[in-house]
Amino acid sequence: MTDDPRSSKKYSKIVHETVNKKYKKRIIVNKLVTIFTIVCVIAAIVPLASILLEVIKNGVSAISFEFLTQPQGSIGSGSGGIAPAIQGTIIVVGLASLIGAPIGVLAGIYLSEFAREGIFPDLVRFFNDVLTGLPSIVIGIVGYVAIVLSIGSFSVIAGAISLSIIMIPIVVRVTEETLKIVPYSFREAGHSLGISKAKITLSIVLPSAKNGILTGIVIAVSRIAGETAPLIMTILGTSLFFTGITGPVDALPLRIWRLASQPYESAHAFGWGSALILILMILALSVGLRFLAQRNTFKVSA
Amino acid sequence: MAIEEPIEADEAMLEGAKESTSETKVQESTEKYKVRIEKVNGWYGAKRAIKDVNLNVKDKAVTAFIGPSGCGKTTLLRCLNRMHELTPGAHADGRVVVDGIDIYDKSIDPVVIRRRIGMVFQKPNPFPTMSIFDNVAAGLRLNGMKNKTILREIVEESLKNAALWEEVKNELEKPGMSLSGGQQQRLCIARALAMQPEVLLMDEPTSSLDPIGSSKIEELVRLLKDSVTIIIVTHNMQQAARVSDFTAFMYLGDLIEYGATNQIFMKPEKELTERYISGKFG
Repeated sequence: MTDDPRSSKKYSKIVHETVNKKYKKRIIVNKLVTIFTIVCVIAAIVPLASILLEVIKNGVSAISFEFLTQPQGSIGSGSGGIAPAIQGTIIVVGLASLIGAPIGVLAGIYLSEFAREGIFPDLVRFFNDVLTGLPSIVIGIVGYVAIVLSIGSFSVIAGAISLSIIMIPIVVRVTEETLKIVPYSFREAGHSLGISKAKITLSIVLPSAKNGILTGIVIAVSRIAGETAPLIMTILGTSLFFTGITGPVDALPLRIWRLASQPYESAHAFGWGSALILILMILALSVGLRFLAQRNTFKVSA
Repeated sequence: MAIEEPIEADEAMLEGAKESTSETKVQESTEKYKVRIEKVNGWYGAKRAIKDVNLNVKDKAVTAFIGPSGCGKTTLLRCLNRMHELTPGAHADGRVVVDGIDIYDKSIDPVVIRRRIGMVFQKPNPFPTMSIFDNVAAGLRLNGMKNKTILREIVEESLKNAALWEEVKNELEKPGMSLSGGQQQRLCIARALAMQPEVLLMDEPTSSLDPIGSSKIEELVRLLKDSVTIIIVTHNMQQAARVSDFTAFMYLGDLIEYGATNQIFMKPEKELTERYISGKFG
């Protein structure tokens, strides 16, 4: 009786034998792969950790109240501080974010919510991806030609615009991806209540994507806070405090580079200190925004 | 035994029968019909999902759409509040006349229609970032209502009408998503009712619920029909028999038979209907 289901027992022995024979080997392979992935994680973290340790080790000695609040003293004297650079970084990066974040988020909203199938959105996405990979020195040169030369001076605004160009493609990408993850059912519910599409996007979809989008903005801001090449071409760097958005200004990455290029030990020490300050600022931004985002979530479930 | 032939022959007879009876009905009292569906076709691109559907939905009653999967009952439902056309590439033609107004008329904005015809979906979808109160008030707030007193009153009344008030009245600030499945669905019903719709469309509202949750919703439907015209799509025939006053049976995009629920289930006129009701297919 070949239709008798019991005849499948013919295969059960050989299946069980084969499957169980490989069992021991599979356990070993499993363990090896786990160890390998852990090793890779360590390999990824070690360079980061060693950079941080090096910066802390060399930079801590330069930190003082004077360091944080005073402009640089005469070259080689080891006096003064990097206050103008700190101030400049905050201003230029802040202004760049004010320009770049809204444009990036709105473009991301367009691509995710309003774009119909067609060549235009595809072109936008393509150019966006190209922009993400553009070398920052190229953006700096363009910023120099377009803004510095037309205004007539190295300026905050030139630096801010150049940095925002680096920022926008990152924000667009993250915003679009985050919005796409929001389930369609929420938009559907909004439609069924007779709410207009713009309101649905603004009041229902965006709030639920808020955390992801904020993270994307933080990543983008952290990235531009460390960009040096565009700043060389656009803000010049000075030892003076901020004078106006059409005037030159200093910034930390620029200052680090200039200090490192000088032959004096004291300048190098200042350089390490500046690097430490820059890293701490970016860390503070990241942690601060995470904290704010978490507080908002707790408010909802309280 | 081919199924095609009986349908075509019957369709012709059905059309003929409908024309004569619907005319008399129209003469008697058009007010009795809340929604008149006239020669509605629903398309997904070039594919026609529902074909020449004619149906008159009675006011303050529960009408059920039944039929096997893919028969077009959900498509038809979504044509009634112009949600069908939100799917990319989808469109519908024909007339759907609600209280004398054809909602497919060129001058009508679909968004406005959807404020008068509410919908509840198969899987409960309360807004994730909003509290229970905000969820129910969402439709009103986002359409411009600001008066806090009125909002509070409407939210309370809607939650009561959805049989959820007693369970949540002390926890209105909790997130909508913290409720159980059945409660979430009643929350969605409250949210839809807050807009004071005249017609409530329900797309398999109990499919994702457990039996107790389902029976609570069915009870709700029976209570609500005195104030709202309800059209419910269900793949559960027994539910249709329990809950509805009128039933429409669809198959492969055609409306096969429509009549009083008692008649459809006890003495169906079409052989196809009879075969579906008795579980021979579907």
